[in-house]
Amino acid sequence: QIFINNEWHDSVSGKKFAVFNPATEEKICEVEEGDKADVDEAVKAARKAFELGSTWRTMDASERGRLLNKLADLVERDRLILATMETIDGGKLFSTAYLMDLGACIKTLRYCAGWADKIHGRTVPMDGNFFTFTRHEPIGVCGQIIPWNFPLVMFIWKVAPALCCGNTVVVKPAEQTPLSALYMGSLIKEAGFPPGVVNIVPGFGPTAGAAISHHMDIDKVAFTGSTEVGKLIKEAAGKSNLKRVTLELGGKSPNIIFADADLDAAVEFAHIGLFYHQGQCCIAGSRIFVEEPIYDEFVRRSIERAKKYTLGDPLMPGVQQGPQIDKEQFKKILELIESGKKEGAKLECGGGPWGDKGYFIQPTVFSNVTDDMRIAKEEIFGPVQQIMKFKTIDEVIKRANNTTYGLAAAVFTKDIDKALTFAAALQAGTVWVNCYSALSPQCPFGGFKMSGNGREL
Amino acid sequence: ASPIPAPNPRPDIAYTKIFINNEWHDAVSKKTFPSINPATGEVICQVAEGDKADVDKAVEAAKAAFRLGSPWRRMDASQRGKLLNRLADLIERDRAYLAALETLDNGKPYAISYLVDLDMVVKCLRYFAGWSDKFHGKTIPLDGDFFCYTRHEPVGVCGQIIPWNFPLLMQAWKLGPALATGNVVVMKVAEQTPLSALYVASLIKEAGFPPGVVNIIPGYGPTAGAAISSHMDIDKVAFTGSTEVGHLIQKAAAESNLKRVTLELGGKSPNIIMSDADMDWAVDQAHFALFFNQGQCCCAGSRTYVQEDVYKEFVERSVEKAKARVVGNPFDFKTEQGPQVDEEQFKKILGYISTGQREGAKLLCGGNPAADRGYFIQPTVFGDVQDDMTIAREEIFGPVMQILKFKTIEEVIERANDSKYGLAAAVFTKDLDKANFVSQSLRAGTVW
Repeated sequence: QIFINNEWHDSVSGKKFAVFNPATEEKICEVEEGDKADVDEAVKAARKAFELGSTWRTMDASERGRLLNKLADLVERDRLILATMETIDGGKLFSTAYLMDLGACIKTLRYCAGWADKIHGRTVPMDGNFFTFTRHEPIGVCGQIIPWNFPLVMFIWKVAPALCCGNTVVVKPAEQTPLSALYMGSLIKEAGFPPGVVNIVPGFGPTAGAAISHHMDIDKVAFTGSTEVGKLIKEAAGKSNLKRVTLELGGKSPNIIFADADLDAAVEFAHIGLFYHQGQCCIAGSRIFVEEPIYDEFVRRSIERAKKYTLGDPLMPGVQQGPQIDKEQFKKILELIESGKKEGAKLECGGGPWGDKGYFIQPTVFSNVTDDMRIAKEEIFGPVQQIMKFKTIDEVIKRANNTTYGLAAAVFTKDIDKALTFAAALQAGTVWVNCYSALSPQCPFGGFKMSGNGREL
Repeated sequence: ASPIPAPNPRPDIAYTKIFINNEWHDAVSKKTFPSINPATGEVICQVAEGDKADVDKAVEAAKAAFRLGSPWRRMDASQRGKLLNRLADLIERDRAYLAALETLDNGKPYAISYLVDLDMVVKCLRYFAGWSDKFHGKTIPLDGDFFCYTRHEPVGVCGQIIPWNFPLLMQAWKLGPALATGNVVVMKVAEQTPLSALYVASLIKEAGFPPGVVNIIPGYGPTAGAAISSHMDIDKVAFTGSTEVGHLIQKAAAESNLKRVTLELGGKSPNIIMSDADMDWAVDQAHFALFFNQGQCCCAGSRTYVQEDVYKEFVERSVEKAKARVVGNPFDFKTEQGPQVDEEQFKKILGYISTGQREGAKLLCGGNPAADRGYFIQPTVFGDVQDDMTIAREEIFGPVMQILKFKTIEEVIERANDSKYGLAAAVFTKDLDKANFVSQSLRAGTVW
């Protein structure tokens, strides 16, 4: 159901929508479908909880931290249930959900809990007989629209910093994966957050999501999802009340491998950097530039690595790749694979669906990819790896930066000068050196250009 | 609020030895010293007496724990925070026991040990747990083709010498920041009050801190304390105590290895009551400012300056309040004031009281011991105190309040600042401009 004021509500319209298990295509359950009227209710509750003099507004900052730590304790207690939900609803491998996703959630909650009473303003010696100081005040009611690829982690990345700073929130989880977010509602109530501080409205983008981005009484909207929808959100914010906007969007991140790299490590990181969670990561290293001398060997090892995969129900042990999230993604990925074949890339392995049920796609590797092909330009968000060749540093810097995206990038080399040159030259929010996907709650995260505005954590 | 659990006034004492490498050791010399219950003057138990040889052992252990590549050096910063939070959890678990132990050894009322001291200890540790993975260095765009960044690295082996007035809280104030930033510690606890800190040592081991990260040595200043301040292998000494000993520490640090020094010393803090202050609140707060913890606070408001228009009324009300203060068995929930910490302090305070009378201050109430057993002193108030009197210049560290009269703001600021001390200060007024003017003119670390 919809979570408002620490209570569970049916949708105002009475409508519900179905949630599916992408491994089996079967319906898991039905969820109340939130729309504008429900968002309005949620915003009212959030606004009230934010009133001057409210429990939340008068709470010691350290107490906010204590509540976040308590929430982390509860997530730890219910780790198994939450991991299972992520797997069944999101198609995530169970061991990954339990160890990585839930691990990240708990750490992020505790990290943000620590910051709550350390948000300092300053006293400033201005000219004139004035006493001047800055105070860092919460923004207010924050609308947060989150995606389906890391449902719980994305929920925590939005909610934890917002609450740590004293805001109230209205969260719209993805329609594909609302279940773990709704479960968090029950833990948020159990932890002791006052009613109205966190409100969760499951529903669809064009209805509930748009209601948030257009709302006249929401002070900020934070969105993680596709660049296409990111543009709509920013437009809506501009048209309505000029609410603040932060966006975490797509990427087509370059992963640059030099001949002096540790080849084994590079192949492995490049592989995981693309194939993690069925390729459904905003930071996926989806353009792998390999220096000419080691190109053939790199391709050979990457194919070998991609071939030994067990696909299946992600809840089962021994399975290494789960399904894509839904039919829409499934079709889009297959379409892009076909474009790769048509435009002349060399299909080295995979290239089609797998199994007769569920949205499974075989791990796919394309070599001899050129920059003008669709698979080199568009975000695929699937288990499809592109390997291209380069000769010189200047060339690869230009090619790597030649994209409207700019979320992440990586360079593999043992040469410290090359590493530092790329760290500065690449137009990406995060640049990894000799690793990929290294993330931790202590580090800021966000993109350049059309990969987003602003930084999380 | 939930009620305070009833105390056990005879708590079991499990830990009385020296804590090194997460193990308990006798003193190398095998000597022990008694810890005394100040409410009765009786010995509670014997405690191992650490001296230079034990400090040397502790420093060796700390150095090993700090070696590059050690578990403590390699630990994620966030994991240090986790350990500090775990220590806070354990202290919360054993809160009633620790509060009773603190009261038994120090004499402070149990209700206050439980509600105030223990609360602040837990909050301090949790605060620093939160900081551990947030100590940022910077990247800097300097001139030239250079990549430049700062890293905030731990100082190393930190000697920490703590006092007896807030034994657990002083321990937390020293350990929290040092451990959050990745240092290792050799701590000497006050000989008057070693017991609660030693119990916390057992919790440090239970929480999972690697051996050698925290080492705790009960012992005396001139022996164990001096061994720390002059040790060639200690990178920093942090001391809280008297200004007199602070001098010795800083000298020793300079003469040995130029170790970094931080000092939290005494005070003779001015509390300025303007005539437009809320009288009830000012009397109440000024009373608390002086008498809290039996007057044994470095930041005690021990020079209460009252503007002349309201002087007479303020004095009358303050005397009334002091007379009503309940002195007695610190385990009794009705008690507001327990004994002073030991015989030395007891005698020193009585000495100041008689000096005050001799120099012409007006003794308005109290002035004598409050019982025949233990180190209890009656809440004492002196009026018509002049700036040049001993009781107006020297730190008494007892339940003795000095009230002085002033005319103008400029005058009182000058008089308030005329002290070698500068720990804290306060101003009571309803006028925003006066509040800003006075607080910015006072030379004190904290202005309330």
